[in-house]
Amino acid sequence: MRSIKKDFFGNQVLTDINFTLGEGEVLGLCGENGAGKSTLMKILFGMDVIRETGGYEGDIFINGEKAVFNTPFDALKAGIGMVHQEFSLIPGFTATENILLNREPQRRNVVSQIFGDRLNTLDYKEMDRRSAEAIKKMGVEIDAKMVISSMPVGHKQFTEIARELSKDQLKLLILDEPTAVLTEKEAEALLESIRGMSAQGISVIFITHRLHEILAVCDKVVVMRDGHVVRDVPAKETSVDDITRWMVGRDVQSGSAVPEAKAEPSDAKTIMSIKNLWVDMPGETVRNVSLDVREGEILGIGGLAGQGKLGIPNGIMGLYEAGGTVVFDGQEISLNNPRKCLDSSLAFVSEDRRGVGLLLDETLEWNIAFPAMQIQDKFLKKLFGGAIKWRDEKGIHAVTQKYIDALQIRCTSSKQKAKELSGGNQQKVCLAKAFALEPKFLFVSEPTRGIDVGAKSLVLEALKKFNRESGVTVVMISSELEELRQTCDRIAIVSGGQVSGILPAAASSEEFGTLMISQVV
Amino acid sequence: MSKSEQLRQTRFGQLVDAFGLPRLIITGFLIFLFIMAPITGSDLPTQITNVINRFSWNAVLVLAMVPMIHSGCGLNFGVPLGVLAGLLGGTLAIEMGFTGPMSFVMAIVVSTPFAILFGGGYGALLNKIKGGEMMVATYVGFSSVSFMCIMWLLIPYKNPSIVMAYTGVGLRNMFALDSFYAGVLSKFLEIDLNPLGINLVIPVGSLLFFALLAFLMWAFLHTKTGTAMTAVGSNPTFAKASGINVDKIRLLSVVLSTWLGAVGILVYQQGFGFVQLYTAPLNMAMPAVAAILIGGASVNKASVANVIIGTFLFQGLVTMTPTVITALIHTDVSEVIRIIVSNGMVIYALTRKTEGAK
Amino acid sequence: MKMKKNFNGFDFLQNNLVPLMFIIICAICIPLSGFSTSYLLNEVVTRMGRNIFLILSLLIPIMAGMGLNFGMTLGAMAGQVALIFVTDWQIWGIPGVVLAMILSVPLSALLGLMCGKLMNMAKGREMILGYMMNYFVTGLYQLLVLYFMGSIIPIKHASIRLPRGFGIRTTVNLTNMRQCLDNEFAILYKGVKIPVLNFIIIALLCLFIVWFRRTKLGQDMRAVGQDMEVAQAAGINVDRTRIISIIISTVFAGFGQIIYLQNIGNFPTYTAHSQIGMFCIAALLVGGASVERASIGNVFLGVILFHTMFIVAPRAGVAITGDAMIGEYFRVFVSYGVITLALIMYEIKKRRARSHGGELLARAQREGGVQS
Repeated sequence: MRSIKKDFFGNQVLTDINFTLGEGEVLGLCGENGAGKSTLMKILFGMDVIRETGGYEGDIFINGEKAVFNTPFDALKAGIGMVHQEFSLIPGFTATENILLNREPQRRNVVSQIFGDRLNTLDYKEMDRRSAEAIKKMGVEIDAKMVISSMPVGHKQFTEIARELSKDQLKLLILDEPTAVLTEKEAEALLESIRGMSAQGISVIFITHRLHEILAVCDKVVVMRDGHVVRDVPAKETSVDDITRWMVGRDVQSGSAVPEAKAEPSDAKTIMSIKNLWVDMPGETVRNVSLDVREGEILGIGGLAGQGKLGIPNGIMGLYEAGGTVVFDGQEISLNNPRKCLDSSLAFVSEDRRGVGLLLDETLEWNIAFPAMQIQDKFLKKLFGGAIKWRDEKGIHAVTQKYIDALQIRCTSSKQKAKELSGGNQQKVCLAKAFALEPKFLFVSEPTRGIDVGAKSLVLEALKKFNRESGVTVVMISSELEELRQTCDRIAIVSGGQVSGILPAAASSEEFGTLMISQVV
Repeated sequence: MSKSEQLRQTRFGQLVDAFGLPRLIITGFLIFLFIMAPITGSDLPTQITNVINRFSWNAVLVLAMVPMIHSGCGLNFGVPLGVLAGLLGGTLAIEMGFTGPMSFVMAIVVSTPFAILFGGGYGALLNKIKGGEMMVATYVGFSSVSFMCIMWLLIPYKNPSIVMAYTGVGLRNMFALDSFYAGVLSKFLEIDLNPLGINLVIPVGSLLFFALLAFLMWAFLHTKTGTAMTAVGSNPTFAKASGINVDKIRLLSVVLSTWLGAVGILVYQQGFGFVQLYTAPLNMAMPAVAAILIGGASVNKASVANVIIGTFLFQGLVTMTPTVITALIHTDVSEVIRIIVSNGMVIYALTRKTEGAK
Repeated sequence: MKMKKNFNGFDFLQNNLVPLMFIIICAICIPLSGFSTSYLLNEVVTRMGRNIFLILSLLIPIMAGMGLNFGMTLGAMAGQVALIFVTDWQIWGIPGVVLAMILSVPLSALLGLMCGKLMNMAKGREMILGYMMNYFVTGLYQLLVLYFMGSIIPIKHASIRLPRGFGIRTTVNLTNMRQCLDNEFAILYKGVKIPVLNFIIIALLCLFIVWFRRTKLGQDMRAVGQDMEVAQAAGINVDRTRIISIIISTVFAGFGQIIYLQNIGNFPTYTAHSQIGMFCIAALLVGGASVERASIGNVFLGVILFHTMFIVAPRAGVAITGDAMIGEYFRVFVSYGVITLALIMYEIKKRRARSHGGELLARAQREGGVQS
């Protein structure tokens, strides 16, 4: 790959990526979330999103020839196979049927001569043979006759890999965090099979957060950060510590933005105490989190994607099934009940703006005033001695206008529909909604995801101001470590569904990096 | 993509956008009918009287769609359930010996507990099957109507004016309400211009009654609970995150819809002058659903204005086509047009992508 | 291990609740009705011959994950239109039946295409859409048969035309076609007439369905039915596959309706199709099928149970209550009830799958806690 550049609507995500990969080589690709790994792989695999967002610059050469992939199918034809993080399997089919999905060997018959190839009968014997061959090539034993839905997760992963291997033309296999769902033993087997593949002349790009795996199996390591390749070294010449440093290491300039942390007395009262929390949030499972939050601070929660940091607020606020104990202000909060949380002056700004955060089809007024109205009976006129609670349109309008001014929400009027706003402004509406509740404690989840730089700093400033002026405790969850370090007093790092450590914002990047990958599962 | 953008830029396009193409066509057609009516020799005031009358019979039933659409339960194909509650109320009130206006009041009173009971059970069921409401609602309607067919035969009604003439067991298929609540609303404050030589009769009482219910509905949607209901329909996850008990609100909306269905059928009967039992309730759902959709509602958005516009357009279509079109082409195709329009409308609504909420 | 066994028993009961209920209903009603065994057998065999083909047409959309094809009525209407033409041309007997089938194909295919396209626009709401399509197309059908036939489309024979000169009479008589399939090679065995040719046709269709499952198209349909996104990602044209499945179903429904009507011997022009969809779907569900899974076995079991109930219920109703109407209403109630129950169970099952994760996590933490 040479000089790959890609920008999403002016945001440069990838700059000057260059690397080469020889036949049968295994390349380990690592980097923090948002470093650009996935985007790079999407370009390589010709995914639709790339084309829809304006294509990319630079060239990809395969066997010395320039290749242009407009769809994944082009990439497949050129011999590139990819195993995604999400399974792409038909649950009711056997492993064999999945391995050969839409590439089933067929036999012509009388009917298909007339009505076309789709009425060819399937050649089950040949199917069995081919799948057995692919499984053998992979080197891990799985039951080809077993239905996917009754397989353990690891075997599903292997089925995916076998599917790619069953493609005759396969030259390059991309594995996107394949070991994330595997047990230690299965991961070991997978590494073994990667070695086997490379011996058969198949090149592999292996993306993972488990650095020791990279060292164990890869020929070379490419480390990415902020859309750049920061290191491209043979695996033998490096170590876990080196890679960690390269992954999170910042230049001196951005590091200096850290300070101005308030000198918070560490003996401040604990306002929320979380013990043994588990949350069943798909993709963000929390396994066992214990955490104390001090009154008046801004606590950051960071960590890699999928490690469970998002599950913490979602679980406490009752949006996903959760268990454990959470004590707030001396009282235990019952979980799985959003109303109880909101009643005890907790508020939550969800990371899922469009799905959870907003009433897209309603006006800004509704969006901002709704929770306060429902929870605290604000913006209601009581008629007939309180028997009827009538909506107070004037009050709603006033409060909306107040926050539109305070947060500089760009809109045509307070009656504009939420779906018509830009991402950044929608985020501000979500904040306004939470502020209108006048909570004592605020969870903010990924407040800057998908919004532009200007809005980003505005949102962060608003949060800080809210914290300082109203004395509200804020817990901010974000994938961007730098943002946390600029905003928060302390930062807890979640790894593998558990808190792996809490550091002051001024701690070094390496320390954070080590914590992030310490318990990755 | 760019083509639709272009369309949006033209003024006609904007109109279509705001109003919805099918509604535009139907409005145009109705205006055409009104213009053609005098030309084809039918009496316009009579036509208008018919339309207003039919409007007053049906409007409450259409209003019964609103709460469930608001809370995201979709189009209420289960309206027959409410109708059954109304029928029970009506027949029992008569059975108890009430006559005249009192029988209407008692019919509503008696049907209320049934509506709450049916609606409660139905709502609890719908909460278990979120996302698949419409299909289940249709069949809940069917099975409860066929179950009540058995009950109409088995419940020991005694009043001779409503039981089968020969055997004395089981209710008749259809009976007149002349001595009971026929016309109690429509005759109240009725404006009759026939003495002036104009065939125009306006059932003010019925219209006022509908106006009252419509106002209450409008007011309800402006209260705290009503606001919550709209939010549940618009985005259930948002509502949940805002501390709303989504299931409870949905249940409330179903009970409300069912009760309105019960009142709606009683209003219909007092206008029509007859009670139809057995499989008749099944025919009540489609016109109501079609009317509110024609009024501009979608699968998860509806307002009182949609009800009024929709009922007027739909009933206008149903009452005007037979006379006008028959006069024009000497063939009565009104029934067929009614079927095609009302069902086409539902299909149109179903195939439109609903943004935001699912 | 023991727990697992209990669980299976419960599952078995839940999955087969409807057939079991029907076996019980039939077991109670048969003696009460007082019908002779040979009469009952005769009736059931006849009904099997005329209904199974229609019900089999439902299987393919279920395979493609489109649920119960309430739109099968579209095919039935196409079949009826074809029969009207054939009657008008006075082509009788088996040639007439065959010609009607051939005529119905383009019409069914067209309607199926329309239905399939609309269903693709309303994914996840296929059933209610198909159901509404019934009524919508009924309107078109009436327009065609009641107004266009005889005025725009030439109808020669006065015997099927309305006296006013256009439109078709409310009943179309198929006397000369009556049971021509049933009687061919029919065998009389102990007073039970077995319509052999019908059964041969049905057997052929069953074979076709079994064979079809093994084709590329069948495999694609199963894949689409289980996960549209994965199928799309694997390069299967999902929308097209779904449309094909509806077209096949509609065409078979057309054939099925022709077989059904030739057995009856006449049909009410404007209502013959209206209940077909409901009865076929009810019968399939009675046989133990669900919205997402149905087999040929379900079809046969369903037809036998459902129609036995249908035959005996009115008489049993008289025996119990002394009122024939109650039995009539009861069997209607049961058919609707079965469909309702199946739909509810399907929706609940769809939602239940999610709620297990939490328990697992809580347990994992407890066990993990003990270890550390």
